Amino acid sequence: MTASPEFLLDRRGWALFLGSALVLGIAVPLLNYLPAPGSPFRIPDYLVPLFGKYACYALLALSLDLIWGYAGILSLGQGAFFALGGYAMGMYLMRQIGTRGVYANPILPDFMVFLNWKELPWYWRGFDDFHFAVAMVLLAPGLLAFVFGWFAFRSRITGVYFSIITQALTYALLLAFFRNDMGFGGNNGLTDFKDVLGFEIQAPATRRALYVASLIALGAGFLTCRAIVASKLGRVLLALRDAEARVRFLGYSTAHAKLFVFTVSAILAGIAGALYVPQVGIINPSEFSPASSIEIAIWVAVGGRGTLVGALAGAIAVNLLKTWLTGSFAETWLFVLGALFILVTLVFPKGLVGSLQRLTFRRRPIASAAARESMR
Amino acid sequence: MSVQPATQAMQPPLLYLDGVTVSFDGFRALNGLSFVVERGEVRSVIGPNGAGKTTMMDVITGKTRPDAGQVFFDGGVDLTRLDETAIANLGIGRKFQKPTVFENLTVFENLELAQKCPRGTFRTLVARLTGEQRDAIAETLRIIGLSGREATLAGALSHGQKQWLEIGMLLVQDQRLLLLDEPVAGMTDRETELTAELIRKLAGERTLVVVEHDMEFVRNLGARVTVLHEGAVLADGTVEHVQSQPAVIDVYLGR
Repeated sequence: MTASPEFLLDRRGWALFLGSALVLGIAVPLLNYLPAPGSPFRIPDYLVPLFGKYACYALLALSLDLIWGYAGILSLGQGAFFALGGYAMGMYLMRQIGTRGVYANPILPDFMVFLNWKELPWYWRGFDDFHFAVAMVLLAPGLLAFVFGWFAFRSRITGVYFSIITQALTYALLLAFFRNDMGFGGNNGLTDFKDVLGFEIQAPATRRALYVASLIALGAGFLTCRAIVASKLGRVLLALRDAEARVRFLGYSTAHAKLFVFTVSAILAGIAGALYVPQVGIINPSEFSPASSIEIAIWVAVGGRGTLVGALAGAIAVNLLKTWLTGSFAETWLFVLGALFILVTLVFPKGLVGSLQRLTFRRRPIASAAARESMR
Repeated sequence: MSVQPATQAMQPPLLYLDGVTVSFDGFRALNGLSFVVERGEVRSVIGPNGAGKTTMMDVITGKTRPDAGQVFFDGGVDLTRLDETAIANLGIGRKFQKPTVFENLTVFENLELAQKCPRGTFRTLVARLTGEQRDAIAETLRIIGLSGREATLAGALSHGQKQWLEIGMLLVQDQRLLLLDEPVAGMTDRETELTAELIRKLAGERTLVVVEHDMEFVRNLGARVTVLHEGAVLADGTVEHVQSQPAVIDVYLGR
């Protein structure tokens, strides 16, 4: 038997992965499309974008688990990367509105007409093109994370200090995007989208397609993260999480390793944001609020850090709870969220998945190694 | 000392500390420390607590930057200008005073990370173990007596086993200069003996600097001894020679 898991997923893992992909990716859209309205088997239209939203949240949680769970970097900037990807997509969607806006201006989005702008700012150029927008979805968060991380990791900013400066970064972006003269719609953000790639954005078929796209992104994101953590670099990350100085003495550049995963993580968060925006129909600066970044950390903590699957479970579980509570007992939500965080920290430090794992099996076969030894 | 062979005389020493001074808040941990370690030599460094032994290792490995002085490795390179990663990649390995293995990785994975191979981030991402590398790890496991324990988390090992695992990590790293900070602390007599044997075997091919409190072990190594006191060299020579020095007896052995 091999001592190190060099495979992407084991057989059970693949079965689970493909099984859930099949159910979520094929059964859900079909059950939304085929059964007649009113049939008990029909998944109502409003649920499809909700599920799509959960998939985006799950991808966002995954992006945090990659760096927090494995490299020990608690980034409170994930919300910012998510929002940047969202804004890049939102800008594309704004350009698709064309003359269908309230002011029917062929060049300027409504909010610019309203603010009496005369021409389109230079940084809006190119967003008519979908490919350009997609490139920006990846580049804007990726580049920001790369430059920010380069300075931070080179200066050996770690632990809580890194969390604080990423939170400051998020907050600075929040303030900047609130300003009307930034040219991103200020307080109201970007909304009133009409269509995406020529398809009406509200149409059930488009919604299904966006949902499936989100699932594919989530699946690909999961496999990417899995590939990284199963690689030797993944073991370097685990090692530096616990003893960074020691890893340096072995000759690995911990700054480069961290910069790599931080950038990958930011890009994943950006993709999640880009898929989120067409499904909820709006992007505004509140996505940059420090509280939303902290909420992401709570999803991951609830699900279980350093497991990837836990991030998915945590994001979905907490958001299901949020959807239910904010619908029925809106004023209790923040208290519940806070209580959840305290509870998980005190009682289940390994989160849902970690606690379950402890009951069934361990990440490393210590038990089996000990058993083999005792048999000798 | 005997006349050195011509080839060796032409080669600069492997390690040369020149007037290294380190102060922490006015306390001089190293005070103009100078000494030379020749290629293939085993050197024991002893001295009372606070003599600067660990600080000396910190300076050599780039953890601490000296206020003054230089450290030359292999003739030309001044280590005081490099960071830990660059120094490790020049061929200097270190075993810490407290065993610092990666507790959340298995024994095998600890050795895998330490093993000599390209250290770049992307190379590490796509790295796959070759059969040869597996064999080298298996051989190391045998040497350090941990065969069959490769799937055990390093955190679950006993103190002595952790010490050995860390020595194993130095071995697979295949470094030219090994710095061992108290390698036998917490080991049983038998383990201590085996460690001394291993170090003697490594000498020649590699150069070792061993910081140790255990005089019996130092005598067992049969190596040249450098005695540090208050951040500078107090005496230097064979165990018998330094033990007979009145200054050494005063500060260290006589107590």
